[in-house]
Amino acid sequence: MRRIHYNDIVDKVRDICIDANYNLSKDVIAAYEKAIETEKSPLGQEVLKQIMENAEIAKNENMPLCQDTGLAVFFVELGQEVYIAGGLFNDAINEGVRQGYSKGLLRKSVVQEPIFERRNTSDNTPAIIYTELVAGDQIKIMLDIAGGGCENMAAHKMLKPAEGIEGVRKFVVDTVKNAGANPCPPVIVGVGIGGDFEKSAMLAKKALLRPVGQPHQRLEVASLEEDLLKRVNQLGIGPVGLGGIVTAFAVHVEIHPCHIASLPVAVNIGCHSSRHKSVII
Amino acid sequence: MIKTKKITTPLTDDVIADLRAGDKVEISGVLYTARDAAHKRLVQMIKDGQPLPFDVRGQVIYFVGPTPAKPGMPIGSAGPTTAGRMDFYSPILIELGLKGMIGKGARSEDVKNAIVNHKCVYFAAIGGVAALLSKKIKKAEILAFEDLGTEAIRILHVEDFPVIVINDIYGGDLYKEGIKQYSTVPTP
Repeated sequence: MRRIHYNDIVDKVRDICIDANYNLSKDVIAAYEKAIETEKSPLGQEVLKQIMENAEIAKNENMPLCQDTGLAVFFVELGQEVYIAGGLFNDAINEGVRQGYSKGLLRKSVVQEPIFERRNTSDNTPAIIYTELVAGDQIKIMLDIAGGGCENMAAHKMLKPAEGIEGVRKFVVDTVKNAGANPCPPVIVGVGIGGDFEKSAMLAKKALLRPVGQPHQRLEVASLEEDLLKRVNQLGIGPVGLGGIVTAFAVHVEIHPCHIASLPVAVNIGCHSSRHKSVII
Repeated sequence: MIKTKKITTPLTDDVIADLRAGDKVEISGVLYTARDAAHKRLVQMIKDGQPLPFDVRGQVIYFVGPTPAKPGMPIGSAGPTTAGRMDFYSPILIELGLKGMIGKGARSEDVKNAIVNHKCVYFAAIGGVAALLSKKIKKAEILAFEDLGTEAIRILHVEDFPVIVINDIYGGDLYKEGIKQYSTVPTP
């Protein structure tokens, strides 16, 4: 067993919360550069340049890229040979979020309950945490900063197996179309197909963590991604919805085995300020 | 390059009459911030016959919940939030004389009708460029509902704050026009 202390987890989580909100990863910047070359709308071009300039300001001045510093969503791969000392794992994640959002001057955007008393918890906790046990003696912590504007445009549907790939295409394209300008395009479209109701939704969110535009390793899935991207970009929504040919940087699809009666599909949309970071302890 | 119009708040009907969907505009003067929770309270106060924390006549509301300010800075990152969540409340404020709103994303038919009937304008600021937009905010102070934290009503003093007209008093809608111009969806 390898021993990892609670405090080490807290420190790492605190740091990636701040880093994710100030600094875009290279794949996202590369997606911006490609979009500037592709976009035909003059206004869309201007918008993309401002998005680039914003990323420069945020990085150079250590300030949040977006005022919506999100709900912190963690996908964790916990090696089963790890022993966590000094406290509970989820407490460590939440303490890291608490410290990161305070120290980094990030916005606290979590209310304690959804309907009865929507009082802000004032420290952006609790985080959403999905933990998977894996082989090994490391912990991999992947963070997605989920802003409200794009998260609100997510959609889920239990299709009939007979609807097949056509049904999936229609649902994905319709979801992006209905979202319009709301999720701050150009977006990354995360699609989860298969599993069950909640598995497909989790896959759609997890798909957003993949480096932007990195195709799925299976050829059929990669070609579905390419086809969906083409269809989404035909919608004309464009950068921040002002019209244009770059509505999405990428479509990422994840698939999973499912019940003989089912074809679950979930779509989770990520904004242009795609803030995802990971750390291995 | 698209020409930029410069306007100063509070807005008059003459200024609004000159704004068309697709215009690039730079706003100077005062903006009032309000999001979901503040709108809920404002509308409740109107229903209860209580005076509002500010006179909305001629004013512009910016739908924003900023990040905390760094020491010595007026405000943190401050980009627009999705305006559609305020659709339920906006017509009531427009009827009282609100002249402008800044947000992102499409508005409901009710809001668009109120914009035409009562002479108001809906602007979009570019979503997700919150660090850049914060540079245009020179001063910020909390006016009301301090308990709401980021959702409190703030008075922002802005200089050349960049926005684009989405919905004008002539029924123009840039989101619809933009899609019409660039959509290449094959007709079935």
